[in-house]
Amino acid sequence: MALLTLTSPHTYGNNQTRTIMLTVILATLPGLVAQTLFFGWGNLINTILAVIVALLSEAIILKLRGRNPIPNLKDYSAALTGVLLGLALPSLVPWWVTLVATSFAIIFAKQLYGGLGFNPFNPAMAGYALVLVSFPLAMTTNWAVPMGIGTHTLSFSEAFRHIFGFHITQVDGFTMATPLDVYKHQVSTHTAQEILKNPIFGSWIAVGWEWVNLGFLLGGLFLLYKKVFTWHTPFGYLISLSFLSLMFGANADLHTPISLNLLAGGTMLGAFFIATDPVTSATSNKGKLIYGAGIGTLIYIIRTWGSYPDAVAFAVLLMNFAASFIDIYTQPRTYGHIKPKSRQHKAESK
Amino acid sequence: MTRHLFDFHGGIHPSERKDISRYKPIRTIPIPDRLILPLQQHKGHPAVPCVKKRDYVLKGQLIAEPKDMVSVGLNAPTSGTILSIDNHLVPHPSGLSDLCIIIEPDHRDKWCQLTPCDNYQELSPEEIRSRIRYAGIVGMGGAGFPTEIKLHPPKASKVNTLIINGAECEPYITADDLLMRERAEEVIQGIEMMSWLLQPTECLLAVENNKPEAIKALSSAAKYTRIEIIPIPVKYPSGSEKQLIKILTGKEVPVGKIPANIGILCQNVATAAAVYHAIRLGMPLISRITTLTGDAIEQPGNYDVLLGTPIPFLLESAGYQAQHVDRLIMGGSMTGFTLHNANVPIVKNTHCLIAASRNELPLPPQPQACIRCGMCAEVCPSELLPQQLYWFARSQEFEKAEQHHLFDCIECGACSWVCPSAIPLVQYYRFSKGQIRQQKENKRKSDQARQRFEFRQYRQARNTLEKEQRRKARAETAAQAKQQSIRKKNIEAPKSKTENK
Repeated sequence: MALLTLTSPHTYGNNQTRTIMLTVILATLPGLVAQTLFFGWGNLINTILAVIVALLSEAIILKLRGRNPIPNLKDYSAALTGVLLGLALPSLVPWWVTLVATSFAIIFAKQLYGGLGFNPFNPAMAGYALVLVSFPLAMTTNWAVPMGIGTHTLSFSEAFRHIFGFHITQVDGFTMATPLDVYKHQVSTHTAQEILKNPIFGSWIAVGWEWVNLGFLLGGLFLLYKKVFTWHTPFGYLISLSFLSLMFGANADLHTPISLNLLAGGTMLGAFFIATDPVTSATSNKGKLIYGAGIGTLIYIIRTWGSYPDAVAFAVLLMNFAASFIDIYTQPRTYGHIKPKSRQHKAESK
Repeated sequence: MTRHLFDFHGGIHPSERKDISRYKPIRTIPIPDRLILPLQQHKGHPAVPCVKKRDYVLKGQLIAEPKDMVSVGLNAPTSGTILSIDNHLVPHPSGLSDLCIIIEPDHRDKWCQLTPCDNYQELSPEEIRSRIRYAGIVGMGGAGFPTEIKLHPPKASKVNTLIINGAECEPYITADDLLMRERAEEVIQGIEMMSWLLQPTECLLAVENNKPEAIKALSSAAKYTRIEIIPIPVKYPSGSEKQLIKILTGKEVPVGKIPANIGILCQNVATAAAVYHAIRLGMPLISRITTLTGDAIEQPGNYDVLLGTPIPFLLESAGYQAQHVDRLIMGGSMTGFTLHNANVPIVKNTHCLIAASRNELPLPPQPQACIRCGMCAEVCPSELLPQQLYWFARSQEFEKAEQHHLFDCIECGACSWVCPSAIPLVQYYRFSKGQIRQQKENKRKSDQARQRFEFRQYRQARNTLEKEQRRKARAETAAQAKQQSIRKKNIEAPKSKTENK
């Protein structure tokens, strides 16, 4: 009898990487639906485009690396990167921006470091940052007008043609600045009341954006329930952002108020889908709290005193630098060990 | 009275698969025509044979003596002739051979002279411990540590809490379950004996609550004793000593120390039953209950087998279907090792044998890249960072792995079980531990060689110096002697000149 020789354990749980990735993609649906309802078909088209580009670039690079592309594509991590970029980029951004962002994210920020699990920087955010810095005009003038404000929201074919570079006959403006952008640029010269008269802010917080963010929040809570990640990173992120907004931004005449900071822009997408990327965040639970808090802090700083209205990408990339460093100092206590009080204890135990 | 229980960090809930074997009573099998008894079935120094080839031995007769403090004896499981004392394959992950005593039973099953004892309290503690040592009793839960040593903690460590481990948390295994159900009296009386030796303040018997019949049987057997039967929640690995201590007492065993240092002692239920047999009935450890399970066994269940029974014989008795079997595991499905060659005997810590087809235990999935999800750290009962240990093992940064407390890993397998990328994490840790041990051994040897070399240099230099000194001394004496003789000659020479004239 030819008996197998294998090591323990001999049974396995049901967790699979591809299931985790698919669950995350599923959880983006509420937000995606909200985006399509309020801002038109641009996001959906760009998302599909980004997913195709992501899968293609990953397949090409894997072939070049001599690996079999099919099992690696099947873990859906490239598809997830594509989805996140499609959601984060402005809805009417031209196809070549999506192409550059996604292919850079997959090829340079992920595969060149060794593929899944080896990248130190969040690929989607690396791609986003690249196009934000390289194509500032395309990235700031392609945010769609939310439904109910402008005279006309683009239909599917009109959005498609705009993204792919064909002229459309509608002359009226169908793009405008985001609420965060508007508030940031007007806060130095206007009072809150005056700024909020802008129809983009609507009757509640910011037309369309509030629902998109709530949709992503719902998706994030679903992922927490499914135990795809722990509460530490999103909690640190949201608490630090809220805390700073309340401390510095209590006076809405001087700074962006907390409601806008939390529910306008890419905040919730960042909290539950970007910052929680396991490959690039800290390892231990305490480390994740610090990591999340760092991202929240940087977002607030860049939004208030920096030059970008929505700073999630840069904040995440900066904290990606710090993740390994955080890991060294947040090793959890092991069973049977007393907590090391200081570096002195560590030096003694060496 | 319900005792307040604590919880340990992490843990998993694999499917138990105990139903395959827990519904049948304990069965026995006939005596095989060979019994192969390794001299090392325990931790410590192997036993030394005290019989020779062609000797006739009786059932229970001592055939190998313990040597040194940490050791136990070995007894003949049945009457017969010593066939040989030779190397034979032994059950170990390495698949290597070791020295064994091989007996050919005469099928008369004749007992040797036994020394039962009606009232163990009449014996001295030393006498009881000596009987346990010569009865060959070791920890039957898998560790195989000589029980006599464990029951003799250092004077400085008084045992306050005696914990008896009836948890049996690993999937597939039901040996302790059946023992506690059918032989509860023996277990309880064995515990009483150990309790009398140690005089603890409290005595706790922990059983996972998926064994209601065992809890009931033990509770009624322990009704008039001080032993508390404590059901604990089902979680793997609750039966691991350190984790069980945490569950029952909330305390943790400090790193580098043993439970006796915090006043706690753990013993397995089967060990307690063996102590009962040895002291009350005078019968040494010659058999144990083994679970035979898996879908390639026609009659799965628990079997009371003689030690040294060759596994092929045992499998045949239980209806082994060789054509279906894909994997033969000694132990449970989480920590057991595979047997490449089934031609090995049952030993003192064989608590389970799983003969499984590929359907029941499919091949492990292809490992993928680590996505750093952290699920491994969430389930680790030792509160380690398995993820970091994995990365360090991969890049062979063993120093960092040691700093991250690699040697605190109990190799329970929870991290590998939960990993979504199906990475065989425990394999990496075993590899790292082996490399570190090898490095330390090499360093010790090279340090020793260096010391000897340096001493040799010093010795040679010293020798050369001494030789030089001696040579100088000799040269001086020679020079002096020469001078004296010249002087003598000069005195004599002028005399002869004048004479010749």
